[in-house]
Amino acid sequence: MTHVLAIGTRKGLWLARSDDRVTWTLDGPHLLMREVASVAIDTRRTPARLLVGTMSEHWGPTVLWSDDLGATWEETDHGAIQFPADSGGTLKRVWQLQPDSAERPDVVWAGCEPISLWKSEDAGRSFALVKDLWEHPHATQWGAGFGGAAIHTVLPDPASDRVLVAMSTGGVYVSDDGATGWAPHNRGISAYFFPDPLPEFGQCVHKVAADASGHQRLYAQNHHGVYRSDNGAMSWQSIADGLPTDFGFSIVASPHAPGTAWVVPVKADGERIPPDGKLRVHRTTDAGETWQASRAGLPDDCFTPVLRDAVCVDREESTGVYLGTRDGCVYASADGGETFQTVAAHLPDVLVVRAVSVP
Amino acid sequence: MVTVTVSLPRVLADTTGGDRSLTVAAPAGTVRSALETLAGSHPLLHRRLRDEAGALRRYVNVYVDGADIRREQGLETAVTDGATVTVLPSVAGGSR
Repeated sequence: MTHVLAIGTRKGLWLARSDDRVTWTLDGPHLLMREVASVAIDTRRTPARLLVGTMSEHWGPTVLWSDDLGATWEETDHGAIQFPADSGGTLKRVWQLQPDSAERPDVVWAGCEPISLWKSEDAGRSFALVKDLWEHPHATQWGAGFGGAAIHTVLPDPASDRVLVAMSTGGVYVSDDGATGWAPHNRGISAYFFPDPLPEFGQCVHKVAADASGHQRLYAQNHHGVYRSDNGAMSWQSIADGLPTDFGFSIVASPHAPGTAWVVPVKADGERIPPDGKLRVHRTTDAGETWQASRAGLPDDCFTPVLRDAVCVDREESTGVYLGTRDGCVYASADGGETFQTVAAHLPDVLVVRAVSVP
Repeated sequence: MVTVTVSLPRVLADTTGGDRSLTVAAPAGTVRSALETLAGSHPLLHRRLRDEAGALRRYVNVYVDGADIRREQGLETAVTDGATVTVLPSVAGGSR
């Protein structure tokens, strides 16, 4: 078994491999000078399919895939994600690639900029626009953060047809069938930048993760605010007490241990550095009631944040936790975030990390 | 039928099997019609040059016999039989 860590950056893709998640060898750059903002490693297939969303300032955005973990790449001539002519949209970036469950083996979701959701039923070769969300009555009121107006989180529920998306800015929306009836689910999530700080929608939700117990319990990292929902996103409550700050970009949850999640705090929206310049990962094992900070192997002189998709976990029994910084450092933990090793340094801006184990 | 030569930079050669010089029909005698021909014959190349709405990508420059089409009539710039349509990446990227 080989552990593979895909690192998408502003200037290409790197792949790190390890037998023990402690010592890593780095391979890259792949796709040099292409921004890689989204990565998925689809292990429902053998061999695993590596899907990436890339963007070239000159030549535009596209989706590529590799069935040999980066040795060769394929791309459909007409583009996997292309706005229909009558939609009025043009693709800017692919911010999220999310394989569905094992029971829907050829379904892959994509969250894109401009704010749009796409569904593939051929393992990522082609995607169809989810029109009901693109044409949502709220769409003209959704906005853009520094990262662009995009759907950055797509959570298909493996136990049903329900799909949750999160967008910046717009908040959390849920559909019971992944196609129609999209409704905002933001009760309790703040948007301090509006006159009404608790609007129905419009929040700048940075990331949402599902608890290991199922999609009734969810976690959200907001633009100030860390939240938990115990009712499938119908309402949210703050779980920020015990954290040094409630600002950050990412939140990830253990795939095995209920109540276990990790955040990487950033000092504030106006000061986008780790608190005191010390990069720390904070873990909860009680669904956010308390938090513990990890520092072993993480720098005390870090002045860049960790972006929303630059944190991930793997599916090993002792959950691996991985993060990459905007100054190109990548860290890996094989013990649930207790201790970290440096996987890479001096890479470009890390935008996304994803980790799997392959035969 | 107006036929032009489309000259490509090295970076786009992987979209044409290595060809950097393509003979392309421009039925309406415009840059647009030449690109429409490419959309059919070389869709991957075409996607590198134009977005879904048909707009020329911001950092893609196109010249007809040396004249920048953005200073002419854009995609409606006329092409004559035998003209050279040169595609070049714009000078950009310093902040990255």
